[in-house]
Amino acid sequence: MSLLSTRGLSRSFAGLRAVHEVDFDLPKGEVRALIGPNGAGKTTFVSLLCGRILPTSGQVFFDGRDISALPAHRRIGLGMAYTFQITSVFSRLSAYENVALAARRRVHGRAEVDRVVMRALEQAGLHDRPDQPAGDLSYGHQRLLEIAMGLAQAPRLLILDEPTQGLSDGEVAAFKALIRGLKDSTTILLIEHNMSVVMETADRVTVLNFGEILAEGTPAEIHANAQVQAAYLGTG
Amino acid sequence: MSDSTKTVILHGGLLALLFLLQFLLPAYHHGNLARIMVLATFAMGYNVMFGYTGLLSLGHALFFAAGMYGMGLAMQYAGAGPVLAMSAGLVASIVVALVVGLLALRTAGVGFMIVTLMFAQAGYLIILYYGAWTRGDEGLVMPQALRMLGAIDFSQPGPRYFAALGLFATGFLLTLWMMRSPFGKVLIAIRENEERARMLGYDVFRYKLAAVVISGTLCGLAGAAYGLLFGYVGATFASVQYSIFPLLWVLLGGAGTVIGPLIGTLFMFYLIDLSSAVTSAYMLVAGVVLVLLTLFAPQGLAGELRARVWRGLP
Repeated sequence: MSLLSTRGLSRSFAGLRAVHEVDFDLPKGEVRALIGPNGAGKTTFVSLLCGRILPTSGQVFFDGRDISALPAHRRIGLGMAYTFQITSVFSRLSAYENVALAARRRVHGRAEVDRVVMRALEQAGLHDRPDQPAGDLSYGHQRLLEIAMGLAQAPRLLILDEPTQGLSDGEVAAFKALIRGLKDSTTILLIEHNMSVVMETADRVTVLNFGEILAEGTPAEIHANAQVQAAYLGTG
Repeated sequence: MSDSTKTVILHGGLLALLFLLQFLLPAYHHGNLARIMVLATFAMGYNVMFGYTGLLSLGHALFFAAGMYGMGLAMQYAGAGPVLAMSAGLVASIVVALVVGLLALRTAGVGFMIVTLMFAQAGYLIILYYGAWTRGDEGLVMPQALRMLGAIDFSQPGPRYFAALGLFATGFLLTLWMMRSPFGKVLIAIRENEERARMLGYDVFRYKLAAVVISGTLCGLAGAAYGLLFGYVGATFASVQYSIFPLLWVLLGGAGTVIGPLIGTLFMFYLIDLSSAVTSAYMLVAGVVLVLLTLFAPQGLAGELRARVWRGLP
């Protein structure tokens, strides 16, 4: 059954249809990549899912429940986690405290929080620098810190908005391994431009173009899809 | 030495120093320091909102005055003793903070500054409007017979210093404990990045409301204590000047540090005190020093300490 679905989900900005009548279903346990040309509405779409912005019309269902009217923090409380496209850490707090803020929504007590935080930092490859202020970390490490904050929430649905942007090749490889390792416990929705990440981690791919779903299928099917190629090359 | 040990030594040492100073200081400075500790409590309350939560209010005179008048009116017209009158001040400031918080937090940024400023001006005008009760600018002198707790006379320097220190220590330890607790970390997270805090699942509005109520209550307690210890309650304390003072003290001392408000209040108090002994243009001296500090120590004095000496300063 679907963990997350939308029906007729739309959002316009001053007449511009950023997301238009999207019906979307994400089964439990799947890793789904969301791709599309710049301006296709990917970030707007996931922002509608987690409640950062409100839809013009349409509904969002999470685990069979209509959450369209819930404010963002309540949706997060139901088990969603969202990592930002533009790095958005608490720059004057330590890396540890950034992750602890994420963990404390779920676990309590100093020892338990400590365990969850150190594990998330380790999974993201940041365990050697917990005390460093987040603002002093390199850009790539701030991206990894975002991911660690998502992991610490142990979400049922993890939404990652361009997580590998700005990562080194080695870090991208580690990220792929991390996603494969999470497959069993978490449903993942991944906005991604790096095609090697999409091909190697996603079970299925949804292509968004001009705010509408253009195609959906396995990575191989999408790779071979003429419409998708046209959208990316701009000749469609 | 761990951060916790350093924190205990620094903050505990400061309280011990303030305790010892009452036996060492000459009468004039003894009286000044009692006043400074009460005003620094006002600044610490302001710091909870501005320094830690990132909410810039221009209307904190309202909370100071709410506590002061809650205490003063109870004493003047109901014949309440210190405990009852202080409780009235406490309740008045909690109620005012809750109402202002619920309404003003619907705005953000510049809107929030304007709304808090307008609330404070409304409070000031209400005090003037009910001049028959409040005596307006002229103010009320608290009857000395009521400023007694048993045999303790709060109009005497000794008990006054002790009460001021007690108030200061309460606010100081409360802030220190709060900012090291998970709750305080959420307030700091809201200051750093409100949207991110929301997307971690925190109900940002409720945390901000809690910050306003804690801040307003601490400022109200300072106002009530000021009226009790120095025996005077007047509309001046509700004027816009008293909304700007805590902002200046906190900026000078270091926003978002526990010791900053005391340092800023102490510094500003003596800057004006010493320069006014030398020249009648003492506000010019104060202004120049403020400009210099803003240019060369924009984080405030304790902020510079944090940046240069100890990054873990809470």
